Amino acid sequence: MSRTSRAAVRVTTVIGAAAALAACTSTAPPSGGDAAGGGPIAVTAADASCDVAAAEAPAGKITFSVRNTGSKITEFYLYGTGDRIMGEVENIGPGLTRDLIVEVPDGGSYTTACKPGMVGDGIRAPFTVTGSATRSVDENTRLAEATTGYHRWVTSQIEALVPKTQEFVDAVKAGDVETAKALFPVARTYWERIEPVAESFGDIDPKIDGREDDERDAGVQFTGYHRLEKDLWVDGLQADSPAMADQLMADIRDLQSRTATVELTPVQLANGAKELLDEVATGKITGEEDRYSHTDLWDFKANVEGSQGAVASLRPVIDEKDPTLGPVLDERFAAVDALLEEYRVGDGYRLYTELTDEDKRRMAEAVDALGEPVSQVAGVVTS
Amino acid sequence: MTGRLSRRRLLGWAGAGAAVAGAGAVTACSASLAPVAEGVVPFRGERQAGIVTPAQDRLHFVALDLTTDNRDRVRALLQKWTTAAERMTAGAETAPGGAVGGNPDGPPADTGEALGLPAAKLTLTFGVGPGFFDKLGLDPALRPAGLAELPRFTLDQLDPALSGGDLCIQACADDPQVAVHAVRNLVRMGFGTTTVRWSQLGFGRTSSTSTAQATPRNLFGFKDGTRNLKAEDGAELDQHVWVQPADGPPWLAGGTYLVARRIRMHIEIWDRTSLTEQETIIGRTKGEGAALGATGEFDPADFAAIGPDGQPRIGEVAHIRLASAEALNGVRILRRGYNFVDGSDGQGHLNAGLFFVAFMRDPHAQFVPMQRALANNDVMMEYIEHTGSAVFACPPGLTEGQYWAQPLLEA
Ligand SMILES: [Cu+2]
Repeated sequence: MSRTSRAAVRVTTVIGAAAALAACTSTAPPSGGDAAGGGPIAVTAADASCDVAAAEAPAGKITFSVRNTGSKITEFYLYGTGDRIMGEVENIGPGLTRDLIVEVPDGGSYTTACKPGMVGDGIRAPFTVTGSATRSVDENTRLAEATTGYHRWVTSQIEALVPKTQEFVDAVKAGDVETAKALFPVARTYWERIEPVAESFGDIDPKIDGREDDERDAGVQFTGYHRLEKDLWVDGLQADSPAMADQLMADIRDLQSRTATVELTPVQLANGAKELLDEVATGKITGEEDRYSHTDLWDFKANVEGSQGAVASLRPVIDEKDPTLGPVLDERFAAVDALLEEYRVGDGYRLYTELTDEDKRRMAEAVDALGEPVSQVAGVVTS
Repeated sequence: MTGRLSRRRLLGWAGAGAAVAGAGAVTACSASLAPVAEGVVPFRGERQAGIVTPAQDRLHFVALDLTTDNRDRVRALLQKWTTAAERMTAGAETAPGGAVGGNPDGPPADTGEALGLPAAKLTLTFGVGPGFFDKLGLDPALRPAGLAELPRFTLDQLDPALSGGDLCIQACADDPQVAVHAVRNLVRMGFGTTTVRWSQLGFGRTSSTSTAQATPRNLFGFKDGTRNLKAEDGAELDQHVWVQPADGPPWLAGGTYLVARRIRMHIEIWDRTSLTEQETIIGRTKGEGAALGATGEFDPADFAAIGPDGQPRIGEVAHIRLASAEALNGVRILRRGYNFVDGSDGQGHLNAGLFFVAFMRDPHAQFVPMQRALANNDVMMEYIEHTGSAVFACPPGLTEGQYWAQPLLEA
């Protein structure tokens, strides 16, 4: 949760937008039917390999049929420049097949990636899109594409957030402390990636991600992830822990339904990207946020991914208006990623309490270096 | 372009008594940074400003580390810094309309806290530390011998977090807000290329670098810098301060070295010391600042004089004797230090002292013997602790169109 007021960020709720967005959703049930351009491209996603049957496709609608032959849950992505997510399918369990249908209007170099275990950069390969699907690309179109693309990404995150949080909640309710502890930072990953969207609703963020010492109106309880974190790590499960778990789940579902109708402006996207880095600087580098579990680096990584997701959506506009900014952003995001990789332990990260002052200094340095160019994005896209 | 307020404009026109008649006059003024207005120290010249410039009241000193080994990127930053520095020393924003005249959806280019303030004699002085050469893989022949690390002196309690640095920027001004604004904006431009290693705020200059200035007092209450080298000393400066062409690599000829030492003073202990003891330790009177045995502040110190007790009038280990050119084979330096108080130390004591900054032609021939003599013999060492230390090479002044350290980077 951000420690500063986000009152300035206003959200336009558009009635009927849900229907329109349904058409953009990136995930679709498995289909054997032919997509335009000669049928789906088969992707075989194992734990250590990612076989994409074709390395090229014509511009337009491209379908990937992703089969998980491995033992871990996997994800499949198609990236554009600057890791702009063109489309993705998440949460493909072992043995399952899911389709990614993605609209790629411009020819050029892209990248496919499988992410077994849903971590890291994944197993990547170049992918070429040939020709171009003709359309007029004026500035408004690009900006609209940016917000639509970001909304699609946010939706995909919530689609993963809901079941992951459900697993966490179920573990809490079953009294399975060890499992709940293991799931806590994983479920939060999806939350921390999209937090500015939740913050834009004002009332949701404090309920889901508030801290024990936050000021509350009389009668309002300390609820959400951090309340359960405290139970799991400090106090032991309490009589009302199951009720707290149910409350968290209800709030997450509330977020899901409200997000479906939210419409964000490009400036809000840009500011969201910046705010996520502010969160890293004020909450994660300080160990303030996950003060009981010390899993702050999971959140750190997720905040950076969220920032990158928003920036990537705006990337075509950025490239058009200031061609020097994109490469700087790429490089600084990569530097933060590389730094975080040094702290990886298995599928997760070192605990905050294991970090030295020197570690924290390096993190602050990398976030400062990234925060400056990210703060320029709003001005550039509106210039 | 709306609501733009130029510090330079206020200073150059309103400040000079001329009425700002209309848009025409304003435009003409903001188009050029010349002529030099009152309170503006010229940025370019034979020497960098902020060395023999009469010491201003306030300091913000920052030491930075490079976070890249990419020379082009460092060059680009130095160019950006130079442009902004020149503008700020003239009382302008870092960029035209930088504080409030830009795109309202983006963060302002200038942080804005100096809007409406005069230039306040701001000087920005730039130096490179030993790491600059290693990190950028510069030709070892370019690295001047004077940049060798200083030795550890007796009783040094150096904190690595307050020492060293690949680059430094000294900002001096008569208004602390102006100095802080300058450093803050330069640091901001550096994110991704440099990172702050440490910084120090100072007030109450503890030395005079011009005969036009009265001698200030340090936090021990004593006048400091009575015998300091001064801007008016001409040939003496060539001998003691400015690096001569034969001294080393050509890029530093006409430049100088900067030695910084953060000296924590145990003020509370000093304050419990008798006046006689204090004066004996220093070798001067506290009131007038006269050498013991003399009457006026600038009367020559007679180191040979014997007191009524048969002992030297100025003690063998008095601070002014140990630090004197007479005791050090003629060694002199140009001091430009400031007092500091960094709040309290959590034990009820002031975290205070002297931020010693000195310029010299060769730190190892000048500062090292002087500090060694003091560290080993000075009774004042019981009241102080050296907690930070750094050495930098400061290139000569900039010609028109040049950026900081250009002759070094393009050597
Ligand atoms: Cu948070």
